[in-house]
Amino acid sequence: MSPAAALSAQRIYAMVLRHLYLLRKSWVRLVEMAYWPTMQMVLWGFIAQFLATNSSWVAQVPGVLVSALLLWEILFRGQLGFSLSFIEELYARNLGHLFASPLRPWELVAAMILVSLVRTLIGVGTAAALAWLLYATSIFDLGVPLVAFFANLLVTGWAVGLMVSALVMRYGLAAENLAWGAIFVAAPLSGIYYPVCVLPPWLQAVAWWLPTSHVFEGMRGVLIDRAFLWHELWNAVALNAVYVTVGAGVFLASFEGARKRGKLVQIGE
Amino acid sequence: MSGEAATLPAIEVEGLVKRFGRVEAVRGISFAVARGSTTALLGGNGAGKTSTLSMLLGVLRPSAGTVRILGEDVGRHRYRVLARMNFTSPYVDLPKSLTVEENLKVFARLYGVPRLRARIAELAAELEIGDFLKRSYGTLSAGQRTRVSIAKALLNAPDVLLLDEPTASLDPDVGDRVRAQLSGYQRASGATLLIASHNMPEVERMCSAVLMMRAGRIVDRGSPAELIARYGRRTMEEVFLDVARRAEPAEAAA
Repeated sequence: MSPAAALSAQRIYAMVLRHLYLLRKSWVRLVEMAYWPTMQMVLWGFIAQFLATNSSWVAQVPGVLVSALLLWEILFRGQLGFSLSFIEELYARNLGHLFASPLRPWELVAAMILVSLVRTLIGVGTAAALAWLLYATSIFDLGVPLVAFFANLLVTGWAVGLMVSALVMRYGLAAENLAWGAIFVAAPLSGIYYPVCVLPPWLQAVAWWLPTSHVFEGMRGVLIDRAFLWHELWNAVALNAVYVTVGAGVFLASFEGARKRGKLVQIGE
Repeated sequence: MSGEAATLPAIEVEGLVKRFGRVEAVRGISFAVARGSTTALLGGNGAGKTSTLSMLLGVLRPSAGTVRILGEDVGRHRYRVLARMNFTSPYVDLPKSLTVEENLKVFARLYGVPRLRARIAELAAELEIGDFLKRSYGTLSAGQRTRVSIAKALLNAPDVLLLDEPTASLDPDVGDRVRAQLSGYQRASGATLLIASHNMPEVERMCSAVLMMRAGRIVDRGSPAELIARYGRRTMEEVFLDVARRAEPAEAAA
């Protein structure tokens, strides 16, 4: 039998069908396909638009882009560290064991917060050391305000992590990709690499509802104007309080929903 | 524990119902399991056994009815009673990348086990898992995993132990050892065991009482000997087939 004859269109079709069946039933997977190209296009569109008229501004403040990237990584790794710790319990089929023990849901949340902190320190610490070695840019040049930025970004990450974990509990591992991508919905709006004023007015109105926008404005205040913008800090803290409360509420509601539907012992694709 | 509490059943279930949308998986069952007994919960696939056990553990919220374990209302004081219970189930697993010892340490802390190293060493000797304590759980055979799972279930020396198909997928030799270990624990501790099983010789050997479920209802109950006599059969296997294939559910025995 020739190699070509050994190929079975029927079997190939069967495997394609297996994945199409999965896609057809999962709006999360369908959304995820369009999500990344859209987010990248929007983010880099705004960056290009800003640099076209302000390239000298970036050149005059060495390290602003690297510092922005490192702060963004704190947010991303904080969220990812939280969500992946939860998802790992699903992969291990361990949630049933955990929730049939005296472990309270909020104890699990507290543990995931601590794990996320460790993962963030390892991930961002390594990147910060490399940035210092390669580009002579130290994120610690931000000084004491770095602590405020770090804390706020982590809390935002945990709030998003709570909501992502809630969705994973509701929709199973089909929602896993949200863990990797959910936070990027905030990327174009947060003014990571450009001021929020670059955005169209209607998007600016949305952006100011994100704690991250205030953190990155605060970062630019320190790096460019050498000023700590207290009002940006308090805005970020207040918004984070709301987001983390909503995140905790959604997580606990999803936990109770999973108990009602019997999903704690049977979450899969 | 007061004298009155000590005489109460270990498990009391009253009017327990579980609906998943239009499907009624458990249809208003009531039963009690005596302290220190080993009771079997029998029924075919989809009879409602796993849903019932999940509701006893509180990982599945009942649509109606109450569950009391060791005198505590599970709906109200779930965490208080969970510390005195444990379970094994084929529907859950342990993290495969952790070693056996790491897994046991994590769960020993979750259950607040005092002197956890000594307790793990004790269980390792009893369940013959000492040789692979340092190995990743994911590298173990099915029989070894079952023993580790039982070690996890015995970590907190539970007063109530729920076992969902504890010897499924085990060869006769390992299955026999697991049954001996569970019976040994029950005799030594006076714990209450509720076992969902499809293995009828196991039920005859281990259990003093049987609850027969079909289509979400308890359709019969009694000791293995009583049920065998009532159905005019020789084994629980034949009783099981009679009950599973009956056209209409019988009224549950009083």
